[in-house]
Amino acid sequence: MTFEEIYRQEWGQVVATLIRLTGDWDLAEECAQEAFAAALQRWPIDGVPDRPGAWLTTTARNRAIDWLRREAVGAQKLRELAATPAESDPAYDVPDDRLRLMFTCCHPALAMEARVALTLRTLAGLSTAEIARAFLVPETTMSKRLTRAKQKIQHAGIPYRVPPAHLLPERTPAVLAVLYLLFNEGYSDVVRSNLSSEAIRLARLLVQLMPEEPEAAGLLALMLLHDARRDARLAPDGALVTLDDQDRTRWDRAQITEGTEVLDSALQRGVPGPYQVQAAVAACHATARTAADTDWSQIASLYAQLPQTPVVALNRAVAIGMADGPAVGLRLVDELAAGPLTGYHLLPATRADFLRRLERWSEAAAAYQQALALATTDAERRYLEKRLREVSVRS
Amino acid sequence: MKYLLMICGDESAAAHANDGCGGWSEEMEARGVVAGGAGLRPPDEATTVRVREGELLLTDGPFAETKEQIGGFVLIDCADLDEAVEIAAKHPAAGYGTIEIRPVWEPPPGVV
Repeated sequence: MTFEEIYRQEWGQVVATLIRLTGDWDLAEECAQEAFAAALQRWPIDGVPDRPGAWLTTTARNRAIDWLRREAVGAQKLRELAATPAESDPAYDVPDDRLRLMFTCCHPALAMEARVALTLRTLAGLSTAEIARAFLVPETTMSKRLTRAKQKIQHAGIPYRVPPAHLLPERTPAVLAVLYLLFNEGYSDVVRSNLSSEAIRLARLLVQLMPEEPEAAGLLALMLLHDARRDARLAPDGALVTLDDQDRTRWDRAQITEGTEVLDSALQRGVPGPYQVQAAVAACHATARTAADTDWSQIASLYAQLPQTPVVALNRAVAIGMADGPAVGLRLVDELAAGPLTGYHLLPATRADFLRRLERWSEAAAAYQQALALATTDAERRYLEKRLREVSVRS
Repeated sequence: MKYLLMICGDESAAAHANDGCGGWSEEMEARGVVAGGAGLRPPDEATTVRVREGELLLTDGPFAETKEQIGGFVLIDCADLDEAVEIAAKHPAAGYGTIEIRPVWEPPPGVV
């Protein structure tokens, strides 16, 4: 295992344990950082210890003791900390520590952006500069955001714990939402793809820590199945490649197998939720041998099980259109046109696609133009431009 | 931890003035989390105080020009924000107005 891998794997646990032991988020991070720096010096000489995590936790804890001694404050804390035996640190490997950290970072009393940033910093070990880059804000802004969030946790008394059972149903969705947001930030942008990997890594951890929560598994499956198609989604020129046209040999088969297995075991619990249903849709796509084999009626009925937001309604219209023909699809999409989706680029893009399938070329061209004016990313614009050229020559 | 619950309503708050507290006060007294509090006269009877460069500025009316009005406050002492949220959510005013929870500033150890 490389040092980088050990860092990614152990950082969250070391920080989580140190926060529990010291109650001080900044101190915990600083000591964790020092422990990893010490490892970088010692391990090449002494070799990597059998349990690197325990070694790092012990080292970080000793740094915290040194610091508390120097500052001569928190005598009580110091005594507690010093009383914990150092050898083969029992503080390490407390599975609750990371779960506690995850729930605290995702506490609903924190702003969404703060939850995301804090999760990336404390659980995934991304630097402030990396997080700032990922969210396209200056490093000083991100640093202030993180400081403010940590201060609020401390001053407002946000508890460092996994919520009691009666609060779990209302708190778990916040944790899942943060992980999904992270994933999507990375999925929509090649440059930020490491955010998707972090989200998957954290979701794996969550599933391991909360095996009783089928929606956590549903989310993991959803992310694995989407991510498996990552390499096939963009053409060499950076244009978006839609599912129909993707080279399916470039999909990550091992990841699709894992995703469907995770989903199947979640569904067996018989408590379906939006993430499991969306994962089931993703599985329908990922397991179809060719685009033409896609089970669109199954997808349409899955969309019917989701809360009918305007975007879900649009996706459902697409699925029905693919199953029952473009004329039916077009009618359903047109019914949505007057609603809250006005200004959403996928609405004219979907219309355009059905019109293209109906060979109503000039109407399709007009709809592609509308979609182009509303598109938000370069990849989408390139895709739409390509389609517009195709239908324009035929009209 | 100590928290101030600021009980805020809008103009409709007056309609709820005689609703009573629906057992909230009794429960919280019994739990021993209430450290003080009172209902307040309406905001148009407020006086706002500011001192700028040594000069005392008095303003007739409330601090914030919003539709929301602080109708009362409760000082509570409880374990953490989750318990404070639970207490605030049980307050009848949470059903029609807003309750802002403010942690009470506590001096760092060594200052006092």
